[in-house]
Amino acid sequence: MKCNVCKENEATVHLTQIVGEKMQKVDLCEDCSKEKGVGDPTGFSLADMLLGLGASQEMEEASGGDLKCPSCGYTNADFKKAGRFGCPDCYEAFSAGLEALLKSMHKGLTHTGKAPVRHRGAGKAKRVKTLEKKLEQAIAAEDFESAADLRDQIKTLKTEAEGVEE
Amino acid sequence: MKLADFLSSPFDAGERSGPEDRIVMSSRIRLARNLTGHSFPTWAKKNDRVKALEHIRPAVESLPQLDGAFSSSLDELNSMEKQTLVERHLISREHAAKGAGSGVVFNQDESICVMINEEDHLRMQVLKPGLQLAEAWADVDALDSALEGKLDYAFSDEFGYLTACPTNLGTAIRVSAMLHLPGLVLSEQITQIINSVTKLGHAVRGLYGEGTEAHGHVFQVSNQMTLGESEPQLVERLGKVVQQLIEHEENARATLLESKASTVYDQIGRAYGTLSNAHVVASKEAMNLLSLLRLGVDLEMFNGLDRGVIDELFLFTQPAHLQNQHSGKLGAEERDVLRAKMLRSRLKKVKRPHLPKNA
Repeated sequence: MKCNVCKENEATVHLTQIVGEKMQKVDLCEDCSKEKGVGDPTGFSLADMLLGLGASQEMEEASGGDLKCPSCGYTNADFKKAGRFGCPDCYEAFSAGLEALLKSMHKGLTHTGKAPVRHRGAGKAKRVKTLEKKLEQAIAAEDFESAADLRDQIKTLKTEAEGVEE
Repeated sequence: MKLADFLSSPFDAGERSGPEDRIVMSSRIRLARNLTGHSFPTWAKKNDRVKALEHIRPAVESLPQLDGAFSSSLDELNSMEKQTLVERHLISREHAAKGAGSGVVFNQDESICVMINEEDHLRMQVLKPGLQLAEAWADVDALDSALEGKLDYAFSDEFGYLTACPTNLGTAIRVSAMLHLPGLVLSEQITQIINSVTKLGHAVRGLYGEGTEAHGHVFQVSNQMTLGESEPQLVERLGKVVQQLIEHEENARATLLESKASTVYDQIGRAYGTLSNAHVVASKEAMNLLSLLRLGVDLEMFNGLDRGVIDELFLFTQPAHLQNQHSGKLGAEERDVLRAKMLRSRLKKVKRPHLPKNA
């Protein structure tokens, strides 16, 4: 069996990861497994590797061609290869298609957790507003599952805001 | 300061204890943070990485939590030292492959560790023995808040903390627990359990050895999703999963002792026999047998052997820790001989297992 990444060497590391209902298998050679950080429990997720590959195609389609980050010069071709971004500004530069990518990975699309002090208050109010807009859209589309999630997220944000004021 | 002089001994490392450590070996929480105006480390040019490290490292070193910490650039460590840090769960294997422009800072009891310029500019972790997820979150939250005043974090009001990989976006938190689950493995329930845990959106990985194969019946459970829920919610949810796993493991052990007691005692006895008499032992075999010994300790089958010693031996059978006791690098076969010798001498005073009192 050949390695899935370099397709040259004999695969000696065989990984299986079950995420949700899907079982994913990857066969790697010694060198590629080291390069990918296999064996390191904190740094490696097969889902990262596989999701990154599939989702970047979605991003390419959504943007309709080549994109480049003005801050760091990273392109969507680079993202397709690595499944990682080049700099914080890439999230702005590649915002087209980002939603579909994040949906496949996360519970929600808006951050509801900790924020640096300078982002609290105004930033939180902004997040609540974004969420409320999404909630309206979800209700209009009769997507009640998303609506319930969004309502919970808004509640979390609001209770935390109160907690800070007390 | 040299790493060997700073690092606690494997004996001390093995002696650390915490709540529920019969089954939960350790709890860990990791946060990823990046700086505005800098490319992520894997995309940044070497010069920029070096500059970023020079900017970040003093800020990290100045934190009260890391007073008197070990701090090093990765190019100042040799490959054996890096591998030792990997085996202690202080740095990732990917980080060990890095050189100039990356760094590591950790405190005396190894409970706080910051990797600089791994995949993200900062990866900070708090590692605690036993089940202490809430405590680990409190510590890493405080560490992060202290650092926030010194460094300009990349943060978006919509997406939260911005990370190199979108799978970490938002809270950028990884909450995980390392569990010893021999009962679930021996009773062949583990696959079913892993399936249901992953359905809840958590990842289960093996801890030692290559890939996800769980040598030594040790599994790591962690959250997969980071965006859309707050940190306390994620910590609480993983805690509940761990509590359930503890319950399932205890039930599995009880059932095994009811229905297949002889098989269990036999496996533990054979593990003791092999470890205390073998002359060639590979690391995978050693971990699997030590796991059975650990189960024997839990069942009170050994006099004068405690879990701390087993956990110490777990660490000692790892390649770099093994070679640290020996001058010079060894080949795989020489390592297996040295490992067997170390195990024989360490278990010399341990009397063979007896049946549990209530058996």
